[in-house]
Amino acid sequence: MALLEVRNLRVGIGEKEILRGVDLTVNAGEVHAIMGPNGSGKSTFAQVLAGRGTFTVTDGQARYKGKDLLALKPEDRAREGLFLAFQYPVEIPGVSNAYFLKSALNAVRQHRGLEELDAMDFMSLVSEKAKLLSLDESFLKRSLNEGFSGGEKKRNEILQMAVLEPTLAVLDETDSGLDIDALRVVATGINAMRGPERAMVVVTHYQRILEYVAPDFVHVLFAGRLVKSGDKELARELERRGYSWIEEEFAAKTAGS
Amino acid sequence: MAAVGDAKEAYLAAYGRLEKELAAEGPPWLAEVRAEAIRRFGALGFPTQKHEEWRHTNPAPLTRLAFRAVEAVPLLPSGLFDVFSLRQEGPELAFINGHLVRASVQGLPPGASVASLAEVLRDDPDAVSGQLGRLVSWEDHPFAALNTAFFRDGAWVHVPRGASARPIHLLHLSVPARPPLAAYPRNVIVLGAGAEATVIESYVSLDGGVALTNAVTEIAVGEDAKLDHYMLQHEAEQAFHVASTQIVQGRASAVHDLRAATGGALARNDVRTRFEGEGGDLRMDGLFAVHGKQHVDFHTRIDHVTPACSSLQIYKGILDGESRGVFNGKTYVRPGAQKTVARQSNKNLLLSEQALVDSTPGLEIRADDVKCSHGSTIGQLDEDAVFYMRARGLEEWVARGILTYAFAMEILAAVGPAGLQRRLREILHTRLPSGAWISDLV
Repeated sequence: MALLEVRNLRVGIGEKEILRGVDLTVNAGEVHAIMGPNGSGKSTFAQVLAGRGTFTVTDGQARYKGKDLLALKPEDRAREGLFLAFQYPVEIPGVSNAYFLKSALNAVRQHRGLEELDAMDFMSLVSEKAKLLSLDESFLKRSLNEGFSGGEKKRNEILQMAVLEPTLAVLDETDSGLDIDALRVVATGINAMRGPERAMVVVTHYQRILEYVAPDFVHVLFAGRLVKSGDKELARELERRGYSWIEEEFAAKTAGS
Repeated sequence: MAAVGDAKEAYLAAYGRLEKELAAEGPPWLAEVRAEAIRRFGALGFPTQKHEEWRHTNPAPLTRLAFRAVEAVPLLPSGLFDVFSLRQEGPELAFINGHLVRASVQGLPPGASVASLAEVLRDDPDAVSGQLGRLVSWEDHPFAALNTAFFRDGAWVHVPRGASARPIHLLHLSVPARPPLAAYPRNVIVLGAGAEATVIESYVSLDGGVALTNAVTEIAVGEDAKLDHYMLQHEAEQAFHVASTQIVQGRASAVHDLRAATGGALARNDVRTRFEGEGGDLRMDGLFAVHGKQHVDFHTRIDHVTPACSSLQIYKGILDGESRGVFNGKTYVRPGAQKTVARQSNKNLLLSEQALVDSTPGLEIRADDVKCSHGSTIGQLDEDAVFYMRARGLEEWVARGILTYAFAMEILAAVGPAGLQRRLREILHTRLPSGAWISDLV
């Protein structure tokens, strides 16, 4: 059974249709990249998987671990091991990074029938993961994402992923706004999470993160559909040629049909 | 129901009956002040919603009943106070309906007093003659005028030049009775030059009926002195509460005034501060959290009379149910008050569609070399933030509770005394649906 099976997913916001029938199958252990030009619906797809309520699913289905994903509340998806690394992590003044992460971890652990971690065990776990991302401990005491640089926010998302140990991680433009050093650190964090039990969907506009996080499959999202799939060579081709040839191919195909 | 005019007459008649007794309890100058105050009240009468100062708060519930001035204090088990005590080191005075019933004042620095105002008026009235009835402006405030006419007791806090005192707790407990009573606590706080003190006033009440607390606090802070003044109002939800505070600050003094209001059916607070010397510093914080049909109103006035003073005001409101909130804050910068720095901010969080807040921040600037700003926001919880937290596995109601609590944190974190901070957190936890969950939020 596939870990994630998306069939003919159609999604809109208000009157506007954004996804026009997406099909995707993700098995455990696989890394899929979803690329596409701006406005193609990449972020919508990522957020709909996580349960964002601002979008309306008008047709199609998504099964995750055999369950009807779209019927689950966002918090239940998270507890079932689905993780969305946000493109724009939200700043929340007054809530410390450590407190938030501990609450999230314990919510997930409780759901899995594990004992909650106390403050000491939590701190030793999180310190170890933070080191991997070159984040020092003072970072944990700060208010969640408040005043963080772009790079710090993205590293914090990956830290959360490392602590929560999801089964399916959806990374929404995690590479955007990162300089080359920060990109390396983030990619190291992501690669450390790869394993036979875990799958990842990497949503990105640029190919460069895929040089560090090598995908098993690359898909191109265009006009609300996955119009082309391939391996990492496809990503390189997109980097070389841009997205315009996809557009032309798509136009030709639509004209022919 | 009696008309407003009748309630006024009832107060005037009550004063007529009590006048001799009141005069006998204090010095002649005080009897004169009382007489002037009741005359002024007679001339002003009670406000209605037509008065600019009461535009957003209907004072009718406060004025349609002729609350009887408290004369006798009910006997209550002394253990009762332990419930409200902040369990901290330092002096504590406990009052019931405005009368001192318990005092614990060990460990004061030499020359300092923390005592019953009634006692001071009997034994050493000159000690308070410079402040009592002189600082608070009762000429334009009928409730402050009534307090001035009717008060019997309250707290006298004096920390002399150069001394420093441990946190002082003034606990005011209101106990309702039939017919409904009005308590008139009167507090006078005086810090000599260079003195340092923390004073906490807390106003709480027993359930079980309507009562009016009409409190006045007059505060004089000397040159280079430093005062942390806290006021917690957590009375029962049938209670009525009116409080007026006037602070005057001497040269280079520093004052932190923080008030939290969570109780009362209707609570009106007038807070006024005035700089009377150069280089003064004021931080004024406020937090109210109301629900149901509660109505809370803060009117603040910050008066920059002298140059080079700075004031920072942050008031926050959390409103749920059908509650109403009013923030009316004015900062005056008088001619000649150059180099003033004044910042004012009022932020309100509405948790329900029926809750309503009227926010009127304001600056009136008559000097040209100043740095001033003000702002006001009214909004709901950030839905992006709610989703972010849910996407990490937190249930929606927990996410909303944490975000609400986080909104209050800026003010909570500014509460110095540990006992008060603990109490305030406990109160907020009972107010938020996810209270138990967020009790360890840092």
